[in-house]
Amino acid sequence: MMSTDNNDTKNTGSADENGQKGDILLEMRDVHIDGFSDEKWHHIVKGVDLTLRRGEVMGLIGESGAGKSTLGLAAMGFAQPGCKIVSGTIKFDGMELTKASENEKRALWGSRIAYVAQSAAASFNPAHRLIDQTVESTVNSGIRSLEEAQADARTLYASLQLPDAENIGDRYPHQVSGGQLQRMMTAMAMSSRPDLIIFDEPTTALDVTTQVEVLVAMRDIVERFNTAAIYITHDLAVVAQMADFIKVLRYGNEVEEAETRQMLTAPKEEYTKSLWSVRALTKPEETSDDVVIEIKNVDAAYGGSVKVLHDINIKLPRGRTVAVVGESGSGKSTTARVITGLLPPMTGEVQFNGEVLPKALKDRSKDQLQRIQMIYQMADTAMNPRHTIAEIIGRPLEFYHDLSGKAKQDRILELLHLIELDQTFYDRIPSELSGGQKQRVCIARALAAEPDVIICDEVTSALDQIVQEGILQLLLRLQRELGISYLFITHDIATVQAISDEIVVMYQGAVVEQGLKSEIMSPPYPEYTQLLLKSVPEMDPDWLTNLVDDRL
Amino acid sequence: MHPILGTVLQRILLGVVTLFFVSLIIFSAIEFLPGDFTQAVLGQAATEETVAAFRKELGLDQPAPVRYMEWIQAVMSGDLGTSFSGRNASGIDRSRSVVDLIEPRLWNTLFLAAMAAIVAVPLALFLGITAALYRNSVYDRVVNASTLTTISFPEFFVAYILILFMSQLWFDFPAIASVNAETPFWERVYKCILPALTMTLVIVAHMMRMTRAAIINLLASPYIEMARLKGISKSQVILRHALPNAWAPIATVIAFNLAYLVVGVVVVEVVFVYPGIGQLMVNSVTTRDIPVVQACALIFAATYIILNLIADIIGIVTNPRLLHPR
Repeated sequence: MMSTDNNDTKNTGSADENGQKGDILLEMRDVHIDGFSDEKWHHIVKGVDLTLRRGEVMGLIGESGAGKSTLGLAAMGFAQPGCKIVSGTIKFDGMELTKASENEKRALWGSRIAYVAQSAAASFNPAHRLIDQTVESTVNSGIRSLEEAQADARTLYASLQLPDAENIGDRYPHQVSGGQLQRMMTAMAMSSRPDLIIFDEPTTALDVTTQVEVLVAMRDIVERFNTAAIYITHDLAVVAQMADFIKVLRYGNEVEEAETRQMLTAPKEEYTKSLWSVRALTKPEETSDDVVIEIKNVDAAYGGSVKVLHDINIKLPRGRTVAVVGESGSGKSTTARVITGLLPPMTGEVQFNGEVLPKALKDRSKDQLQRIQMIYQMADTAMNPRHTIAEIIGRPLEFYHDLSGKAKQDRILELLHLIELDQTFYDRIPSELSGGQKQRVCIARALAAEPDVIICDEVTSALDQIVQEGILQLLLRLQRELGISYLFITHDIATVQAISDEIVVMYQGAVVEQGLKSEIMSPPYPEYTQLLLKSVPEMDPDWLTNLVDDRL
Repeated sequence: MHPILGTVLQRILLGVVTLFFVSLIIFSAIEFLPGDFTQAVLGQAATEETVAAFRKELGLDQPAPVRYMEWIQAVMSGDLGTSFSGRNASGIDRSRSVVDLIEPRLWNTLFLAAMAAIVAVPLALFLGITAALYRNSVYDRVVNASTLTTISFPEFFVAYILILFMSQLWFDFPAIASVNAETPFWERVYKCILPALTMTLVIVAHMMRMTRAAIINLLASPYIEMARLKGISKSQVILRHALPNAWAPIATVIAFNLAYLVVGVVVVEVVFVYPGIGQLMVNSVTTRDIPVVQACALIFAATYIILNLIADIIGIVTNPRLLHPR
């Protein structure tokens, strides 16, 4: 929590020489921003006001398309290619950014306003050493000499808990992990001791366990240098830890703004309440002794050398959902590849209805293929962008069930109805659909095969929370109606709560434990499960503070 | 050993293997050439015995695989064989070794190629980078339009236009680039100005447009937007943040064009009567001078392979993921 009244001791920042804490730093009035897509201009931000004082952290939340990133960038006077700030005023420390020249704005960027991007991995230049990128704007704008800035960067690395702070800057971006890069980017933003930092979904791409460390590091450093910040995210629990007050956006309009605690306990608007309620979705657990898929003693390796799965044993009961959780690199998706036959295991076997499945995809019969289907995280890349929805759903109907003509058409409409889309989608192509709609089409494609088992690989991770809820409810309904078993791969514990009967915890290519949801989610925990569960942000603004206190 | 060394060695090995296959193709292709050198030299009147004896002397009576093995062995020891020309029915043998025939011509070709490259490559890079920097501006359009214009005309046309203006109407540059081994360096440069200019005009567009495209392609990447948001100036964004990541595609297109400068300029040589290797090869094909044709083809293939190899290696060493592994 970034309460403004408890950081009285550590204010060593240089940024506030020309301003007092509590002074208005950024003032945006009636800002309108348009974006150009599909051959026409759309309103992205429709008249939003924003006031930020020195030393304050504002949380900006909303679904994708709410205009929060666009607004965050506009706070720098920056409009992304294809966007333009149409009207309104943006005053940063008395300077009107909408009228400022490119050079005037450039002088501010990187020195007085810094930006922390969502994907640190993509936002660092692969060709330069990290420390050179960290100090680049600081040195360019003449705030510090190269030597000073580099020494300062090493100190920042250390205070951000980066390992080997003395030398880590000499590495290239690909040589450090995602969580380290994200902290590195915070150090880069902090290097010039800016007055304002825009954090644009800085932890969205990270695992929960990594996210905690990054959040702590970012919060401490912002507090220490008394920097004002705008923290953009769609994750309420995260923003609750970071922000003094929260502004909710929807469709480019402000829904409401309030102090963090007040917003969490007593949201005024219906929309805000609905955002809050998504996490309440839970499923009563059920179990079954009828096992549909059993993975026995599976070891697997990529390229025959790097072993990534060690002695995996997982049982999937019929008509139930087993959630496989773990951070990235824990072998969740590899397990899915073994089950589908994409990656033949080195040893061990996969049993389907009591029969051993051939290891490799090419040895499996059409019937075996039909009964196990898969849905992927990125619905975008899992569909041919040139095919219509009817072609996408129709393909498995032809392939597995020899349907054609009227029969096929009827079945496609039936499937569309099943996934709650109407027949107008029949002739559309994927790019005309929203993220949630695309994922629904992928679900319909999997259903078209009439499978016993569907493997869902992070199917809701790329979606907004409200859309996520819709997809999860659809999957639950389909399970009730059709008796499908799900192997649900995810790193999101809230999703696990919502959908699973049993949970498998994986870590570094091995199964830590498998059991009923209630067993796994309650003590005693194995060490890793505890770390994983404790790392999931909660909607309590004191959660992070308490967690840090616990660790000490 | 640095892992990159292994990758580079592997590429070199692959290059050698490629060259081997190319030698097979060259040899077979020449086997399929219609006609026969002996008949071409001795004429229709020659008796069958004379022809047979002549064929035996040249080794043409041997089966193809045997001849291939002999040829490839000789090539590996640096002996490209003896030219078929210089012999005739009278029996007087004035033939020269292929190496002696090719060497001066190859140097001429390389000299001209180097001259064109020294102008064309920096020019193309400069135009490409500045066009990317000021893209969609008038400057960008003028550069694009003019380089496209020069590449759209056939080489001989560009050559004749240049001769007309640069040699006849406005200036007095030599229209005929006749050089020999004794020509002093600067005179050689002077005589080669028009052919080199012709080749420059022909290759600049391709390299310039690829440089521009490679850089613009990167401008949409998140780290370029990040650089902008860090307040880096436009030119620094391109030079420091985009260009270092664009070398691989740029090197590839430069290699392609440099290879063209060596192997594809026979038309330019003909127009300017320049004694290069391209002309030699064309003449040798018409006279069925098989050893010379084979040697030229092999040199051309090696040029392509070596230049692409270099581009490949540049692509590898400018990739920090490969240069600085985890």
